[in-house]
Amino acid sequence: MEDMLFYDRLQFAFTITFHYIFPQLTMGLSLLIVYFKWKYLRNNLEKYNNAAKFFMKIFAINFTMGVVTGIPMEFQFGTNWAKFSELTGGIIGQTLAMEGMFSFFLESSFLALFIFGEKLMGQKLHFLTGFLVFLGSWASGWFILATNAWMQHPVGYEILDNGKFVLQNFSALFTNPWLLPAFLHNQLASVVTSSFVVASIGAFYVLRNKQTEYGQLFLKTGVVFGLVSSILLAFPTGDWNAKNVAKYQPASFAAMEGIFETEDAGAEIVLVGQPNMVEKKLDNKIAVPNVLSFLTHQEWDKQIPGMDQFKEDELPDNIPALYYSYHIMVGLGTIFIGVMALALFFLWRKKLYSSKTLLWTIMFLVPFPYIANITGWYVAELGRQPYLVYGLLRTSDGISPTVSSGNTLFTLLGFVALYMLLGLLFLVLVGKTINQGPKPQTH
Amino acid sequence: MEVFWYIIIATVLAMFFILDGYDFGTGIIHLFFAKKEEDKEVIAKSAGLFWDSNEVWLVAAGGMLFMAFPTFYASVFSGFYLPLIIVLWLIIFRAIGLEFRGQFHYQMWKDIWDKSFGVASLLLALFFGIALGNIVRGVNLGGVENGVSVYEGHYFFLPLWDSTFSPLSKTPGIIDWFTIIIGLISVVTLAIHGANWIILKTNSSINNKLKGVIFKLNIVLVILTLFSIIVWQIVNPNALDNFINRPYLIIFPIIYITGLVGLFFIKKLKKDIYGFTFSTLLVLGGITSSLASLFPVILPSINNINESLTIYNTSASEYGLSVALNWGIIGFILLFVYMIIQKRLMGGKVDKMDYGH
Repeated sequence: MEDMLFYDRLQFAFTITFHYIFPQLTMGLSLLIVYFKWKYLRNNLEKYNNAAKFFMKIFAINFTMGVVTGIPMEFQFGTNWAKFSELTGGIIGQTLAMEGMFSFFLESSFLALFIFGEKLMGQKLHFLTGFLVFLGSWASGWFILATNAWMQHPVGYEILDNGKFVLQNFSALFTNPWLLPAFLHNQLASVVTSSFVVASIGAFYVLRNKQTEYGQLFLKTGVVFGLVSSILLAFPTGDWNAKNVAKYQPASFAAMEGIFETEDAGAEIVLVGQPNMVEKKLDNKIAVPNVLSFLTHQEWDKQIPGMDQFKEDELPDNIPALYYSYHIMVGLGTIFIGVMALALFFLWRKKLYSSKTLLWTIMFLVPFPYIANITGWYVAELGRQPYLVYGLLRTSDGISPTVSSGNTLFTLLGFVALYMLLGLLFLVLVGKTINQGPKPQTH
Repeated sequence: MEVFWYIIIATVLAMFFILDGYDFGTGIIHLFFAKKEEDKEVIAKSAGLFWDSNEVWLVAAGGMLFMAFPTFYASVFSGFYLPLIIVLWLIIFRAIGLEFRGQFHYQMWKDIWDKSFGVASLLLALFFGIALGNIVRGVNLGGVENGVSVYEGHYFFLPLWDSTFSPLSKTPGIIDWFTIIIGLISVVTLAIHGANWIILKTNSSINNKLKGVIFKLNIVLVILTLFSIIVWQIVNPNALDNFINRPYLIIFPIIYITGLVGLFFIKKLKKDIYGFTFSTLLVLGGITSSLASLFPVILPSINNINESLTIYNTSASEYGLSVALNWGIIGFILLFVYMIIQKRLMGGKVDKMDYGH
């Protein structure tokens, strides 16, 4: 039984992690594409149109990868988490089905039109298809986040005698207090990723002294979007989410902040340290007193419950992983603000395009927003443990009763092999597209 | 309300098989009949432009099934664990084959992805047929052994095959001689459907030859269909009761037969769209007849301990189903509107369309 749970979780974690490499780019990138296309309508400069079309190519590769790795996510609810699906399908089935019907369809139909239909439709309609792709991909995020928000903070339900969750109030799914902050935080994070990608490609062109016109455009756009989104990511949306966790999931809050013991007065904020699960303390700790209480409650002396206040089976089951994910996310987020602010300063002083060190830094930073996004999701998902539906349905009670661990290991290995191949192909294709660049080919 | 959602989901599922069905079929034809590079390219393109919006219907059907009949979704998806995951892998292989073949202009690169597109299409057609065969045949619900259920009555787990390969075994696997027959019917049907799509959408040099192929495959299909009806009687003696008790359901087999008969005139048809329409009727009639033979059961039990899954004992709450109608109908109409817009904008032959991003 323990084995089954382990492999089911491992397979889901692996497939969702790999999947989320792609949507986090496409959601943010669609916004930047709409921006480029809009600029083109305004000023009629060909380079903006080429930029929009170039990034739509990158979008399309990512979208294909997102689709083919996304279908397994929907299937896995049934294949590996059958009991969970049976008990909660009447509720989360609503939001998941809406995602498939509205947003996914919108996105895939209009993506094809954007790519193939520019000459057919004229510029205004072409802009509109781009905008609909953006709308589709953000609506997709909205429905997935609504599903997740219900699992984090269940609302609008009733539990029957046979354990089934029944929907009581449909609109409550969308007015869930967990949803809006999580959605905004998630979308901004995807804008950060795509801004870094855009800026990083720009830095690459400028450093290579190739297609520099586009390189400078990408750098400028990426840096401005990157700075604004990184700041909004931390404040107010990051702050808002942390307060939600403190309010609705105090046990996870203590675990992610690394508070083992409750302090009498204000709680300190931990900057560095390694959870020592044997002695229940942080090794090598560096912390600032009372700051956590202030950030969470705007009161320096407000008490925050530590992990000692909760029963063992109420605490997340992998505290170090949760703690590290959270600290990596926050740490990287802070670095992003710093680098982007510096880059904007250099841009203003007209030195950005010639500062080699900064350009190299921007170029090589590109994997880190991906890491920050994914660790951010780990915080949400590890923090929800040991529950699937917080406080109501335990993860161990949600797995498929008939699927043995041997079968899951077999399919997990298959997914690992297949996704390695996919990842390789993806890199080759994106590399090829970047190498060709946005300038129209002259045959 | 259950009946209403059943009809919506069955329609979406039928749309999936009609739409993605032609691109599976295109892959099968591509594998066996396309020899020249120009033909290979244009045939791959006739599927490549459409596969992703066609697969949206699968995602929509899956989502609605999850919402409306969660117990069925949970039971079937976990019970058919291995074949479903294998289907996912095949879908991935097929998609990357289609998307990536045009990215580099080396012959070897194209050959690899052509084969992956073709073989995955063939296996998918086979697996979807086998899946339908399993649904029609029924499963050992509750995993009954020696008269005792091993699991809760609505759960089961099927191995890929049982050593007897017989549908009459007490614990049949996914693959047995009955489901193989249904699988072959699916392959032949979709090959015909795909060939019609190629004739409709391309100017490939094998279009005329394909009409002959359709004719021959159609003969094979008639034989397989008759054979399957006979063996169906052995597997399930009550298989056709629904059509006797509810005579109006006969409409579905009639749709199938219309398609079958119409395709014999493939060489005389004035417009290419007629051939495609007949094979559409074939796919539609095949799916709906199978579902109608079971209704309101959606997964028969082959033991007499646990009752079959029906649309009534697997559905979500009344409130959930009715509130979902509000957005479901809008979504359902939108699905059709998107499809029509897309098919109109990309109407005509695909040979000249710009592809390969």
